[in-house]
Amino acid sequence: MENLEALTQQALAATESAQDVAALDQVRVQYLGKKGEITSLMKNLGNVAPEDRPKIGAVINVAKDQVQDAINARKLALETAALNAKLASETIDVTLPGRAVQEGSLHPVTRTLERIEAFFSNAGYHVAEGPEVEDDFHNFEALNIPSHHPARAMHDTFYFDATTLLRTHTSPVQVRTMESQEPPIRIICPGRVYRCDYDQTHSPMFHQVEGLLVDKGISFADLKGTIQQFLSVFFEKDLTIRLRPSYFPFTEPSAEIDIEWVIETPEGTKRRWLEVGGCGMVHPEVFRHVNIDPEEYTGFAFGMGVERLAMLRYGVNDLRLFFENDLRFLQQFR
Amino acid sequence: MKFSEQWLREWVQPTASTQELVDQLTMAGLEVDGFEAVAGQFTGVVVGQVVSREQHPDADKLSLCQVTDGTETFQIVCGAANVREGLKIPFAKIGAELPGGFKIKKAKLRGVESFGMLCAEAELGMAESSDGLMELPDSAPVGQDIRVYLGLDDAIIDVDLTPNRGDCLSIAGMAREVGVLNQVPVNGPVINAVPPSISQAPEVQVLAPDACPRYLGRIIQGINVNAETPLWMVEKLRRSGIRSIDAVVDITNYVLLELGQPMHAFDLNKVEGGIRVRMAEQGEKLTLLDGQEIELNSDTLMIADHAKPLAIAGIMGGEFSGVSGDTQSLLLEAAFFNRITIAGKARGYGLHTDSSHRFERGVDFELARTAMERATQLIMDICGGQPGPITDVTSEADLPVAATIPLRKSRIEQVLSLTLPEADIEDMLTRLGMVLTSTTEGWSVAAPSYRFDMAIEPDLIEEIARIYGYYRLPVRTPAAATPLAKVPEAKMPIKDLRRQLIARGYQEAITYSFVEPELQKALDPEHDALALMNPISAEMSVMRTNLWAGLVNAASYNLKRQQPRVRMFETGLRFVPTANGLQQTPTLAMLITGTRFTQSWTEGETPVDFYDLKGDLVSLLARGGETEAYQFVAASHPALHPGQSAQVLKYGKAIVGLEPSTRIPKSN
Repeated sequence: MENLEALTQQALAATESAQDVAALDQVRVQYLGKKGEITSLMKNLGNVAPEDRPKIGAVINVAKDQVQDAINARKLALETAALNAKLASETIDVTLPGRAVQEGSLHPVTRTLERIEAFFSNAGYHVAEGPEVEDDFHNFEALNIPSHHPARAMHDTFYFDATTLLRTHTSPVQVRTMESQEPPIRIICPGRVYRCDYDQTHSPMFHQVEGLLVDKGISFADLKGTIQQFLSVFFEKDLTIRLRPSYFPFTEPSAEIDIEWVIETPEGTKRRWLEVGGCGMVHPEVFRHVNIDPEEYTGFAFGMGVERLAMLRYGVNDLRLFFENDLRFLQQFR
Repeated sequence: MKFSEQWLREWVQPTASTQELVDQLTMAGLEVDGFEAVAGQFTGVVVGQVVSREQHPDADKLSLCQVTDGTETFQIVCGAANVREGLKIPFAKIGAELPGGFKIKKAKLRGVESFGMLCAEAELGMAESSDGLMELPDSAPVGQDIRVYLGLDDAIIDVDLTPNRGDCLSIAGMAREVGVLNQVPVNGPVINAVPPSISQAPEVQVLAPDACPRYLGRIIQGINVNAETPLWMVEKLRRSGIRSIDAVVDITNYVLLELGQPMHAFDLNKVEGGIRVRMAEQGEKLTLLDGQEIELNSDTLMIADHAKPLAIAGIMGGEFSGVSGDTQSLLLEAAFFNRITIAGKARGYGLHTDSSHRFERGVDFELARTAMERATQLIMDICGGQPGPITDVTSEADLPVAATIPLRKSRIEQVLSLTLPEADIEDMLTRLGMVLTSTTEGWSVAAPSYRFDMAIEPDLIEEIARIYGYYRLPVRTPAAATPLAKVPEAKMPIKDLRRQLIARGYQEAITYSFVEPELQKALDPEHDALALMNPISAEMSVMRTNLWAGLVNAASYNLKRQQPRVRMFETGLRFVPTANGLQQTPTLAMLITGTRFTQSWTEGETPVDFYDLKGDLVSLLARGGETEAYQFVAASHPALHPGQSAQVLKYGKAIVGLEPSTRIPKSN
């Protein structure tokens, strides 16, 4: 069986030197195939003495197994190498930018409005919206602003005709809601408002968010609490807030809302009071216009300038930036 | 309104310091904008007197003076034109330190030694600029510290009053407030009726009693119009921002500041017949005190005589009948003019005066007589003269009625969540000038004639709250039964649409609702945009009928700043006039221009096209879950490329608007 030994070695050598799976398969066919050289040895067992056949058969099988194992191993190695080569050729630089769409962002005013709406929604307020071109009943008269009040003059309000105007606050939405709904009422009224003023700190169009809560037993204490809590969660700080007596035709008592702004400067800590809005208990005249009985219900209302809050929150120092829509400005609000 | 703290403290003496007082006022609703010292910081300046004056030997414009401080005499070189023998002036001695750290030392001016300096107002920080030395009255005590003599350790407080507090536009009103806040008594000057010494009284006819329910007139004969206004009055006026003009005008201004009653003085010789208080005739002319000639409207109340207009009532006097250097006799006026009559009129003529400011906000309608007596006495003290009796034309029926308001204890508690002792409430309201009568539920409160803002119970509750201190009031979180709100699943909130667009790379913009008419017309010729009567500018004068104008402007702005691509959207109302009225519809608009992709190593610089926008729009519509309902059909729109426009239909009916092409109209 010297032939077997030689064949086995040949087969093993051929296996090792097979460069690819196809060549390897040829080796398998050549030695272990139907007409394979080692297989033929098995066929020639007939020429061997019967009492020797089992022993020689076993040896041939061992050789067959050895070659098959080698072939299997080589195949695995070749396949692995081929896979690795493929993977290596497909390797990319993952630090390169992705083929992503550059995300846009919300306008900072919208962002601020959404935050405010979320805070109040959590406390059971609904968002109410209304028309921007309004009539002077809803914008002034129903709010107890008399006909000779300076705010009604053409130098403060935009008019289309004698009684049609651009709303100067979102209070008309409060009136419309009270006209169409029975108390209790808990609403916030965000939206665009318009005033005849255009300079570094004033824009002819800006945004306000006003709130109204009408129910039984509502007091000034509820107003204080609401304002304090809102400003603290808005600025995410325990702010010192004060309500300072003031005057609005549509609330009584009225107050202006100040927050204490603390800045650290090289010269030390500086504190300033900054006005962020107004508030008060709804005036009975306002209730009278919408047929709510002030003996049964009381309520409070508040209003704040959205751009003002956004400027304080985000450190924007020029109001006009909000309406230029310069991408370099807007893209900073992600 | 500016006022001198020292003057206020003549009426009321709280223990509070200046800062404490200012904080108190602010927290009581009288917001103090600031306060400043009446004069600069300086030391070592006394009342001096020029003993002798001669020409400086070596300088034409300088004088060589001997000046005494009451004890010693000093040689002073001075450059002022008004220095003269006998003149009393502020004298800064050697060692004095003037504002700005300027130390007075021995000096030599053109070879002559000077041992001190004579001062002008500007040098003491009392004025922006001055003409020559500050001249002190002959009565000034030589040697007295100037700060003491002029009461310069004073502050000018500037208070920004809300329009409902006309009652605080005077020392009397502010003193009352301070008295309430500090619970101390208030004592103004004693004002007695001045007995007439002549019988002449002005004839007064009030033809518009509803506009002028009360008019007081008085004649004062034989005054010295050139009398010098006393320094104390000049200073008080100055510290309220009013310049001294002449004694008579100064006195009327003084009474305005002190008591809150605007007054006017006419030259009696210029008044023909008597006074007629009437509405103007349309087109009547009057030359005002400041020289401008105005044409009057028939809604304006006038003070006239039998021949001509003399003054716009409550606003400004006329030039012709005003007090001048020749005036010998006066006709003094103190009146109450109806707020509604005066409101807005001054601004209509381009005027704003201390008088109109007060009448618009409401002057105490019971004050005129007191003010008249006060002014009369001051005129006699300073200018001499013989006063006649007061002519008083009052129409009781047209006077305002000060309110009587029921105040319930329970209501105070309910609104403020606070129970206050009755005695405290009574003290507060009484000090404010209210008269209280007990009732079963609380009190009946009679408001004083100077509180035009007291009408209903909440007005009283506000008074209590602000005097007590808003900061002391309790704090609560409102509790409520809040049923769950409906959130219809089929309705997509605008928030979601915004976020969809943001994820697809759109930047949200907010543009003005009012746009430039030509651009608006180019973008939507089919609708006539609603135009403003009083736009802030031509570029912002019509209301947008779609959201394109703003986006086009924003895109253009950014492209001019080297942005290679712009993808923007906006949500907001559009304003479309229709046969059924103005439709204000929430709208969403998108605009893209520039390269399709952001600058990237993988992509080129392909510009966007119709299909990019279509893809984004479809992705939005798809959020509604009914993609198959939408169809894009070719359509035309005047502002869009004829071959690249589509209309979006839902189940065959047009929705939204037309999908724009990426062509920007040439009208840009």
